[in-house]
Order: sequence, then structure tokens, then C-alpha cells
Amino acid sequence: MTAVTTTCGARCRAMSIVLALVAGGLLGAGLLVSGMTQPAKVVGFLDVTRGWDPSLAFVMGGAVIVYAVAFRLIQRGRKDPWFDVKFHLPTRRDLDGSLLIGAALFGIGWGLGGLCPGPGLVAAAAGSTTGLAFAGAMIVGMLAQHLTAKK
Amino acid sequence: MPSSWLFALAGGAMIGGAAALLLLTHGRIAGISGVLGSLLPPGAAPDRGWRLAFIGGLLAAGLIGAAVAPTAVGASVRTLPVVIVAGLIVGFGTRLGSGCTSGHGVCGLSRLSPRSMVAVATFMTTGAITAMIAGGVS
Repeated sequence: MTAVTTTCGARCRAMSIVLALVAGGLLGAGLLVSGMTQPAKVVGFLDVTRGWDPSLAFVMGGAVIVYAVAFRLIQRGRKDPWFDVKFHLPTRRDLDGSLLIGAALFGIGWGLGGLCPGPGLVAAAAGSTTGLAFAGAMIVGMLAQHLTAKK
Repeated sequence: MPSSWLFALAGGAMIGGAAALLLLTHGRIAGISGVLGSLLPPGAAPDRGWRLAFIGGLLAAGLIGAAVAPTAVGASVRTLPVVIVAGLIVGFGTRLGSGCTSGHGVCGLSRLSPRSMVAVATFMTTGAITAMIAGGVS
């Protein structure tokens, strides 16, 4: 634990872990409720040419509304998070080839399998063969990217 | 309004709330590919505790979900080899492009990040084209 500093004792560290677990659990539950763990629904949303199912647009809509408001309230109200000395927010604003190619590849994989990373992990934990195959392959793909990345 | 829209909206609000909780408590962006990828070598992040807990919570939701709502995880639309190819591309692409639906989508769009807006427009476009070509179920 490097990020949590001396002001955080054992109980505080335990609480920080519990709350990270709760955040992950709530996110996973949200994915299950929303329909993002149903590949047929995802493909039906992405493919606008065959009886388009727009419902998943409401997932992003609902999430962005809540997070956009919360983000501003938290940023305005606090100079640091509960369990760290500072916020760790991305600061880059430049567009580069890696961003574009990486996002393009991700979209191809998402449209092909109907799963993105979060739902893939949730489906794997649910014991779905598809989820396990997808999540295992995804981790291999991540490792491959790390090994080929220019430092 | 169809009930699937309400479920989508409610699930989305839960996702946004979860991401806000991680920001408030740990000051971090709730990007699944980023958190998972930062646990993998080489160059794994030193502060593994919250990352493992966050991914653990996600997995716990899947385990519990399978018990209480078995139909929430849908059947595959592709054969297993195609699913594996999709997983490989998603893993490689999300790390190269620094994010996925959660990090670039939910968090990045909310923060009005130009990189995330471009990333979302890009993956929505290639996702739509791929789904169109690959078809509904194959």
C-alpha cells in the first residue's frame, strides 16, 4: 500500500479496501441490471441496420448523468479523496495514433463478441463459458500489448 | 417507455454511482481495462490493494448475479473461437487506447475529456460497422 499514507491506520486501510470492493460490486451489479452482460443485446444496439435496439444508449446516459454531477460536486467539495493524498485524473489532451488505433480495435472486438471488459469479467465470474473464454483472451491481449509497448 | 430502457437507465445510474464512489474514496477513474491492466506485468502498479478489491467486487457481482438472476448474463452470439479473437482484440485495443466503455465512456465523457470523446466516437463507429458485418448471431 503505497498510495495510502501514514494518516491511514489499519482500520482506515481496511475501510478503503471495503469501499473499493463495494464500488466494484455496485458497478458489476449495474452492468447486470443494465443489459450490458447480454451479448445479443449489445450487438443489437451496435448494429443499427437490423431492427435497432436503442436501449443500451440509456446505460451510458444514466451513468454519465450521475457521474458528471458527482464529479463536479466532489471536485468542488474536496481537495483530496478519502483514502489518498490526491486525485489521480488523466491530464493528457493530445490525440495520438495509439488512442485512435486502440479505440478502433476495441470497438471491433466489442462489436464482434458483444462484450466489453467489465461485462466480460462479470460473465466470467458468473461461470459463463463465453465469459471465461473472453476474459482469459482479454488478459492475454492486455499482456501482449504491455510486452509490445514502446517504453 | 419500454422496461428495458428503465433497466438500462437504472443500471447506468448504478454504474455512474459506483464510479463516483471510487473517485470520492480513492481519487481514481473507474476504468475496468485500466484497473485490470495495471495489475498485469510488466509495469504493474505498486498499489495493488484497492485495484484487487475493485476487480474482486466486480467478480463478486458476477458470482451473486449468477445465483439470483441467472438470465442476466446472456448467451453468446458467436462461436467460441470468435469469442476468443474478440477477447484478444479487446484486451490489446483497450490497453493501447488507454480505456474502454467505463474509463473513456462513463468517466471521460462526463469529464469532457477530448481524448475520451474521440475514443468513444471511434469505438462506437468500429463497433457498429463490425456488428453490422458480423450480423446478429453467428
